[in-house]
Amino acid sequence: MPSLYSTTRETGSITLVDLSGRIALGEGSALLRKTVRDILDSGRVKIILNLGDVNYIDSSGIGELVSGFTAVRNRGGELKLLNLTKKIHDLLQITKLFTVFDVYSDESTAVASFHE
Amino acid sequence: MAPDTKHLEVTLDTHVESVNLAEEMCVRVAEAVGFNEDECYRIGMSVREGVINAFHYGNQEKPEKKIHLAVDITGEKLIIHVTDEGKGFRLSDVPDPLAEENLLSTSGRGIFLMRAFMDEFDVVSGSTGGAELVMAKKLPPSAGSSNHGSGAPNSDATPHQEA
Repeated sequence: MPSLYSTTRETGSITLVDLSGRIALGEGSALLRKTVRDILDSGRVKIILNLGDVNYIDSSGIGELVSGFTAVRNRGGELKLLNLTKKIHDLLQITKLFTVFDVYSDESTAVASFHE
Repeated sequence: MAPDTKHLEVTLDTHVESVNLAEEMCVRVAEAVGFNEDECYRIGMSVREGVINAFHYGNQEKPEKKIHLAVDITGEKLIIHVTDEGKGFRLSDVPDPLAEENLLSTSGRGIFLMRAFMDEFDVVSGSTGGAELVMAKKLPPSAGSSNHGSGAPNSDATPHQEA
């Protein structure tokens, strides 16, 4: 059984990725990497990762989020995070990444933020 | 080892699956001695990070090398040892992942998380010359009875299995 599931939606120029499961060393991290890379390769650079159903993330997963953030920024785009669970919120806080990522708790606000 | 210390030892292959196995095993031990859900999560995450460190940095993902996981339950603490067969390292040489220049690094947060989630953390030289990560958490007050009950690992048994 895969440790992470990913489905992609599009709203105008923005791509939303709904993730569920674990972003951890192994296939979870690998799937996130491939998902972000595929979106970038399709020419889309405005990405929102919905982590509402992600129940676990380890240092490998954190590294993959940072890697995605940097890859998108290098293409002139933005990667934002939506719906952090408390555990992931706390992890991003103690690793100081909460100050790096643009984080939202409401999808419409996250989408609107790309138009500001 | 003190007479009332319970000891578990497992030798793991240098394989990604060993990370999950070690985490699951230690979470079960933590549950058995009475840690609550949040503490079990922190212990599991710390073990996970320790084994990832051994797998990736210590043993450099070489399948012929092993990862040694040991768990001691004393009257006061749960102590976990993760030992690799690499060249060892010094904690003082590990870059600070919170430093501005390292914030966007894609790796290097494992040691930080272990230090944050456990009460005690240290790196010593293991018997094989590799790094031995030693991490401990004080047992919860409720652990007094369960530590000697059927839920805790049996001190008479010291399983040693190849994963």
